[in-house]
Amino acid sequence: MSNEEKNTVIDDQIKVLTPKDLASDQDVRWCPGCGDYSMLSQLQRTLPEVGVKKEDIAVVAGIGCSSRFPYYMSTYGFHGIHGRALAIASGLKVSHPNLTVWVATGDGDCLSIGGNHFIHALRRNVDINVMMFNNQIYALTKGQYSPTSLHGQKTKTSPTGVIDHPFNPMLIGLGAEGTFVARSMDRDPKHLKEMMLAMYYHKGTSFIDVLQNCVIFNDGAFDVYTNKETRDDNVIYLEHGKPLVFGKNRDKGIRLDGFRTQVVSLNDYSESDLIVHDTKSKELAFILAHMNDQPGFPLPVGIFLDIERSTYEDELEQHVQSAIEKKGAGTMRSLLYDGQTWDIDNGSN
Amino acid sequence: MATTVETADGRKTKSVQFVEVDDVTIRFAGDSGDGMQLTGTQFTSTTAQVGNDLSTFPDYPSEIRAPSGTLYGVSGFQIHFSSRAIHTPGDRFDTLVAMNPAALKVNLKALHEGGSILVNTDSFDAKNLKLAKYDVSPLDDDTLRGYNVYPVPITTLTAKALEETGLSPKEMARSKNFFALGLLYWMYNRPLEATLAWIQEKFGKKPMVAKANELALKAGYSFGNITEVFSVQYNVRPAKLPAGTYRNVTGNEATALGMVAASVKSGLPGFLGSYPITPATEILQELSRRKNFGFKTFQAEDEIAGVCTAIGAAFGGSLAYTTTSGPGMALKTEAIGLALMVELPLVIINVQRGGPSTGLPTKPEQSDLFQAVMGRNGEAPVPVIAACSPAGCFYGAYEASRIALKYMTPVILLTDGYLANGSEPWLLPDESELADISVPFASNPETFKPYERDDHLSRPWAVPGMAGFEHRIGGLEKQHITGNVSHDPMNHQVMVEMRAKKIAGIADDIDDQTVFGPAEGDLAIVGWGGSYGAIRTAVERLQEENKSVAHIHVRHLNPFPKNLGEMLRRYKQLLIPELNLGQLAFLLRATYLVEPITFNKVQGLPFTPSEIEQKANEILNTL
Repeated sequence: MSNEEKNTVIDDQIKVLTPKDLASDQDVRWCPGCGDYSMLSQLQRTLPEVGVKKEDIAVVAGIGCSSRFPYYMSTYGFHGIHGRALAIASGLKVSHPNLTVWVATGDGDCLSIGGNHFIHALRRNVDINVMMFNNQIYALTKGQYSPTSLHGQKTKTSPTGVIDHPFNPMLIGLGAEGTFVARSMDRDPKHLKEMMLAMYYHKGTSFIDVLQNCVIFNDGAFDVYTNKETRDDNVIYLEHGKPLVFGKNRDKGIRLDGFRTQVVSLNDYSESDLIVHDTKSKELAFILAHMNDQPGFPLPVGIFLDIERSTYEDELEQHVQSAIEKKGAGTMRSLLYDGQTWDIDNGSN
Repeated sequence: MATTVETADGRKTKSVQFVEVDDVTIRFAGDSGDGMQLTGTQFTSTTAQVGNDLSTFPDYPSEIRAPSGTLYGVSGFQIHFSSRAIHTPGDRFDTLVAMNPAALKVNLKALHEGGSILVNTDSFDAKNLKLAKYDVSPLDDDTLRGYNVYPVPITTLTAKALEETGLSPKEMARSKNFFALGLLYWMYNRPLEATLAWIQEKFGKKPMVAKANELALKAGYSFGNITEVFSVQYNVRPAKLPAGTYRNVTGNEATALGMVAASVKSGLPGFLGSYPITPATEILQELSRRKNFGFKTFQAEDEIAGVCTAIGAAFGGSLAYTTTSGPGMALKTEAIGLALMVELPLVIINVQRGGPSTGLPTKPEQSDLFQAVMGRNGEAPVPVIAACSPAGCFYGAYEASRIALKYMTPVILLTDGYLANGSEPWLLPDESELADISVPFASNPETFKPYERDDHLSRPWAVPGMAGFEHRIGGLEKQHITGNVSHDPMNHQVMVEMRAKKIAGIADDIDDQTVFGPAEGDLAIVGWGGSYGAIRTAVERLQEENKSVAHIHVRHLNPFPKNLGEMLRRYKQLLIPELNLGQLAFLLRATYLVEPITFNKVQGLPFTPSEIEQKANEILNTL
């Protein structure tokens, strides 16, 4: 959708918002250089473009550095408790389906203490937009390993290296039957904003794993993916309908050899030999999510899966409406006098 | 009075004695698969419509189908009905229906001397006798001497009645509880119509099952009518209850109705976030079939999500609830603290059960009072209300909702398994009798401050979607008035004290404590929650003996009613019976420096009036 088209969606009555209108009066207190700033500014740029009213936006968060996000937006905001952002957001959206609900959560908040709510939100497909700020570290508690920390990573609670095997957020998102699963990076604001727009327009739970650099406790964790020198050879951008090409000289691609992915040179193969990305294919999404488990493969970034399934709140609303059609809208009298009643007169029956 | 009826063969006649009684307690008992809960519920429904006052108590194992014939697999349903007003399901029973030897063994000790026993002799075989640990059949030795025993081959007779249906013996046996019910209807002179109508409604889509149950019910009734062994028919006249329309409700049903009523009255959409847990689950079930009230239910992935979805819904402008029992309460604790910090209305309903930990899931206890009043991190005051009877759960849920909305606070309602599953006739209120519910919606965006307070210290409620009121809230300490995050030392002092004062101030908004009986005197029995009925019955009996005994039933446990402390000091002694080790006694001692005598029972069973009466007499004798 072009910008012109989007603007026509905007009601004339609505004041056209600017990114500035979405900034609250509170000082932003993230560390200088933190990747969270990029996320904040991209969301503030995205929302004015989609033409949603400010009062219809709610940002919900759990606990952690990134979960301070709602305080910096001038919309409705809710800073919850550790791990519970998705449960709070689900209740909000289900009870009030007109709202546009965004969730700011971290790798610890979302995948560790809040892991249960995460998988259940995805399978229910409540129409909320989940931004997981993944810095592979517990930052607000000052540097302990998280469920996405790499095997062997040294942190304050793993001085001799992490023994846990890390979660692959894409696989959890897909495994929990998410309908929109994507990845982006704090250092690629253009891509980030593109993803946020797609999340907004996706009906159902949209989940994005954003690789976010923690300058204090895990600086440079994603350098190989974000540094201009190494980025193009280590990242592959997924675009629906396009072949999987990457490399500084765009001379490499991904093809399928049976069920396995293979990095090939475009000197030996043509683009027609490569996988053409399909965001509607669950099978391909799983293959791509596994791809960079192996050395020598680029990290896929972009939308892995974007499919349609009815949302929880829509179905619930339909159940409410059909109950009203069937039984009539409930009143106090129909409530109290429901079922078997009997009358007693004059105190003696 | 005696009447003569013709017997089955049409030749002989039998004489039936017709006896008027005021008060009857029956216990239906059998395997957990024998349908005793259903039989009890049907007897209750019919008895309610006959116009008796009644009170019921189901007592079932936590296993769904415990191995058949075992002592621990016995499921019971007790109904106490009367021509007078009554408050409990009865201490001991007059009639025991025992569908197998285990049911007889488990329940015999609570049967009145000289009471009646209806046994299904078909189940008294070697295997079942062994499972019930009887060496010799109790039907063949002296075990049942002194009781009126009615040995009836219920399974055989049911099969005979269903002969022409073509059902298999196993299918026929399933209707045997209806045979027993029919027989009891004859013994207590109740009409069959209500149950016949219910069978049609319930099994209409399975005509064979409906037919079988109908035939069994009628066969049981006829068996009483024509068999020589049944020579007495009892009659319990309708009770003199206040005029009006009644329905029979269990505590969990009434709780659900109170929630919907508050939603209707306040004009707010209802929302329940909950996770199934015994004995609270029926509230979620009840509400999930009332969607035509716009009341949404959300079966969450866990207890924490139950309360957190409710908090999200409250933020979104719903009248939000979460329902649970003790272990679930423990899991919700942190979120309840969040709700009080963000000052959103939320009602948390704890249907208490035996604890700690998993404890006794199906058995009643009142041991979560400390947890409700004190069980959170930080200075975290939450209003606590307790329901006193099955129908009282309606008013408890309604009052909790009213306070939650008016004061923008989480409120805890305590009920228990005894109230939740017990039932009684409920005189339906007129809509105009229900208290008004005020909702403190923010009104002026120009002057709106999220934590500015009204005259009762409540903050304004601004809901997403309301333009000009956008604001942020969360669990971090709030700056007074603006609601911004604040770590300022003096601000924290102000806010902690403000929250405490707001909750304490609710004492000005609740009914004064009332007393049943003398305003001063020898003894006041002080109680809360589900022990209301047993205490009230005991106090009525003591008062009939002209003893100076009062009953003070405390509904509001935080804050206490303003006049409670002064009231407690007007009696020489205070007795506090509780199904815990003295939690209300502890709170009253700490709050008012009184010295109550505690009476604590933690057996997974409710108090009986006699226990309380006896304890009171012991105290009175020392005065």
